Amino acid sequence: MGKTIARARVFKYGDNVDTDVIIPARYLNTTDKNELARHCMEDLDASFASRVHPGSIIVAGRNFGCGSSREHAPIALQASGVVLIVAESFARIFYRNALNTGLAIIECAPAVHEAQDDDELSADLTAGVLVNHTKGTRHAVMVYPPFIQQIIKAGGLVALAKTGGLD
Amino acid sequence: MTMTQKILAHAAGFSTVEAGYLILVRPDRVLGNDITAPVAINEFREMGATRVYDPARISLVMDHFAPNKDIKAAAQCKLCRDFAHEMGISGFYDGGAMGIEHVLLPELGLVTAGDVVIGADSHTCTYGALGAFATGVGSTDMAVAIKTGKAWFKVPEAIRIVLTGKLNAWVSGKDLILSIIGSIGVDGALYQSMEFCGPGVATLSMSDRLCICNMAIEAGAKNGIFPVDERTIAFLEEVGAQVPVVFTADEDAEYVSTIEIDLGAITPTVAFPHLPENARTFEGGLPASYSLQGSSSAQDPIGFIPIDQVVIGSCTNGRLEDLQIAAEILRGRKIAPNLRVIIIPGTQKVYLDAMAQGLLRVFVEAGALVSTPTCGPCLGGHMGILAAGERAVATTNRNFVGRMGHTESEVYLASPAVAAASAVCGCITDPRTLM
Repeated sequence: MGKTIARARVFKYGDNVDTDVIIPARYLNTTDKNELARHCMEDLDASFASRVHPGSIIVAGRNFGCGSSREHAPIALQASGVVLIVAESFARIFYRNALNTGLAIIECAPAVHEAQDDDELSADLTAGVLVNHTKGTRHAVMVYPPFIQQIIKAGGLVALAKTGGLD
Repeated sequence: MTMTQKILAHAAGFSTVEAGYLILVRPDRVLGNDITAPVAINEFREMGATRVYDPARISLVMDHFAPNKDIKAAAQCKLCRDFAHEMGISGFYDGGAMGIEHVLLPELGLVTAGDVVIGADSHTCTYGALGAFATGVGSTDMAVAIKTGKAWFKVPEAIRIVLTGKLNAWVSGKDLILSIIGSIGVDGALYQSMEFCGPGVATLSMSDRLCICNMAIEAGAKNGIFPVDERTIAFLEEVGAQVPVVFTADEDAEYVSTIEIDLGAITPTVAFPHLPENARTFEGGLPASYSLQGSSSAQDPIGFIPIDQVVIGSCTNGRLEDLQIAAEILRGRKIAPNLRVIIIPGTQKVYLDAMAQGLLRVFVEAGALVSTPTCGPCLGGHMGILAAGERAVATTNRNFVGRMGHTESEVYLASPAVAAASAVCGCITDPRTLM
């Protein structure tokens, strides 16, 4: 995060993608990232795990990541290869968990409304720009406040705490 | 400032804060369970930490897949147990000491008014019923908090929910919160506090308040919170909690919106699959006085919905009062044929109290089964998983696709009274028709 997201194809989903479909609870008896990745999005899109690849982008509607606090959700998405999620809004615990674990997220309703499955997107998070190459559009997106940038710069909250950034 | 803002300001060492400020606070309690704590413990180790900030502030509750449902779940609990031992954390709850975390912690007096509580579990917001600021976080936040004693927050805006009147018989806090979520939607309070106030508060039992705050997260809220009154103080004294620190919202506190609710207008309410906002009533429609958006299906009455399973329990409705209500309806009756009714006391104390009051006998004689405390079926973990095509009425908190089992199963969220009446009839039933 705090960097550029390379041009990649989009997986498009609707509103209220909950943590139970991102990673069903029946697989939460492990913390193994690769095992979690194998079941990522399974209850919403059974073909996701076989189609996703490193550098993938998800675009979704309102309230992405609603439901439980399971950090296994952003962990599974990242281990699957997802590097950016663009949504109209995020559920607040997922929002925290994504920032804390270094998964890039952007709230941008216009970009969500126009994006379709397989569109190609890229982003520059430092400059606050999201580009839809298929549609030929550029959207200004919010740049994170300084404290959040500090977390991002450190590489997540664990890294920030490790370097004494919370002392 | 709102009540939540006052607690956060105090915890951060400021006289005032404003919505949107990012602050660093020192939580009074940090909670994790057998699913989220292992991730946090791994991150704690990754930080190179060798000791926790304060073992007395940490609670580790093995409740989701416990009693251990399989070998992997057993390994997760063992990891937590070993960590608790190594770090000198006495607040480790497993086996006969365990209970469903959000029923257990208030019962043990581990949360008091004015506290800041973070838990690596989304339903941590339950403790707002005690006048605390309590919110769910992820495992990374938990890891950092147990190492450094600190957590960051963005100060939230708030929705004010003014309660008047009194709930009618066989209507509970569950019906109220389902009605509110049905009205404002699953993201209706996103990033915000839900602050309850008004003369109706005094009429609500602590069980009702805990249930209402428990489901604040299902409206997307950061926290739900009740003012501290005589009933709160009496509860905190009874459980031996620390001396409460009472914060009250300023007269001129700013709210993003105000919802006024006459408790007397609430009727038994059920959330249809697959979102808690799909609330319906038996007569059709939610109380118009505060219906803000409401899904169009809310106008339809509940209708005839045959069921395969009933679950009464969870951090939402696994308290003694919930079991008393269920028992009142099931006493002297039999559950419908071809139905599985699973009753789960929230803690060992609830289990013992239910036993002493003869409730467990009522349940077993009616044809229900009684389980040891566990989150189990609520999240499709174990102890009551649904097959494809099966339908359950549950007093739990989520009805997402696949939540209690197969992706083609269905969960209908309801109060203990509706669940018990449905158990008798084999279809979703208005308890007022039986009593």
